[in-house]
Amino acid sequence: MRKNTWVLLSILFLLFLFFPQQNAWAMHIMEGFLPLKWCLFWYVLTLPFLVAGILSIQKAVKVDPGVKMLLGLAGAFAFVLSALKLPSVTGSCSHPTGVGLGAILFGPWAMSVLGCIVLLFQAVLLAHGGLTTLGANTFSMAVVGPLAAYVLFRLGQRLAMPRWLSVFVAAFLGDLLTYVTTSIQLALAFPASHGGVVAAMVKFMGIFAITQVPLAISEGILTIIVFNFLVAHNRRELEQLRVLSREV
Amino acid sequence: MRTGVKNLFLIFIVLVLAVFPLVVNKNAEFGGADGQAEKIIGELHPDYQPWFESVWEPPSGEIESLLFALQAALGAGFIGYFIGFYRGWRGNHVKQKQTGELLEERDTGV
Repeated sequence: MRKNTWVLLSILFLLFLFFPQQNAWAMHIMEGFLPLKWCLFWYVLTLPFLVAGILSIQKAVKVDPGVKMLLGLAGAFAFVLSALKLPSVTGSCSHPTGVGLGAILFGPWAMSVLGCIVLLFQAVLLAHGGLTTLGANTFSMAVVGPLAAYVLFRLGQRLAMPRWLSVFVAAFLGDLLTYVTTSIQLALAFPASHGGVVAAMVKFMGIFAITQVPLAISEGILTIIVFNFLVAHNRRELEQLRVLSREV
Repeated sequence: MRTGVKNLFLIFIVLVLAVFPLVVNKNAEFGGADGQAEKIIGELHPDYQPWFESVWEPPSGEIESLLFALQAALGAGFIGYFIGFYRGWRGNHVKQKQTGELLEERDTGV
């Protein structure tokens, strides 16, 4: 595992040598930079997930009011991580998402609501992301990311991977796939004149993916730390949420 | 390895990941560079005009960093409260159990 990380870092370092002056940009699509029809399209697509999220949160709290604190933790974790703009090997900054933890705990839908709140905060107070692009940004960071994280965590457990590794892979790829989704969204709205959507996607991804890799690794590690604490102190809630199987 | 040591080691890796780019890439700007997106969109679709402005922008870099710090502080504050609460609760719980009493529902104040 650590050997792979080093290999990855070396590859990144080489890539960076070839693209010394590439700047990525902050994670979300900026205000006004998505044509109206696409804004509406992503809003409509995101809405059912938000409804599912609200229902899923209500259900979890009804079954066990003790999970409210965990819900707060999942939200707080996403809040902190999105506020940390970390430097990356490409010479620009971006921030992790922090939605993987909540997806592992509460399933794929609950984070859509919490992620949307984080994005709303950033759009209104920090001019980061935007209100018109909120639908698109919620879809990438709070729908696709958590969904990927949840599925990967479950898959990891099914394959009997060590728990820390399942958590890491889930958080790492959840973060990375958020970015891939953003690239696809932009490519769909701004296809290149030669090569269309695919060419544009390669362009956006070339910038995104490389920048995000070390941050996604950091996010994976931080998620492991918090998750280990929960396993030690909140076993009852985790069993209630079926994250851990009950000890017989 | 003890949990504390393991966590310190993991946090160390995160720090290395954050510092590494600053060391190997001394001359980079390290901007969030939202402008880069505009540049690419400008290359792909030169005639695209953004049709909506941010409702409010932080009037300066200082105000912006204040708000980012506030966001991080709120989140970190709650995480700290959470960790303290459950550590304390577990301590009590173990003590109570030893004297043969079980603690009932936890009141988290939430």
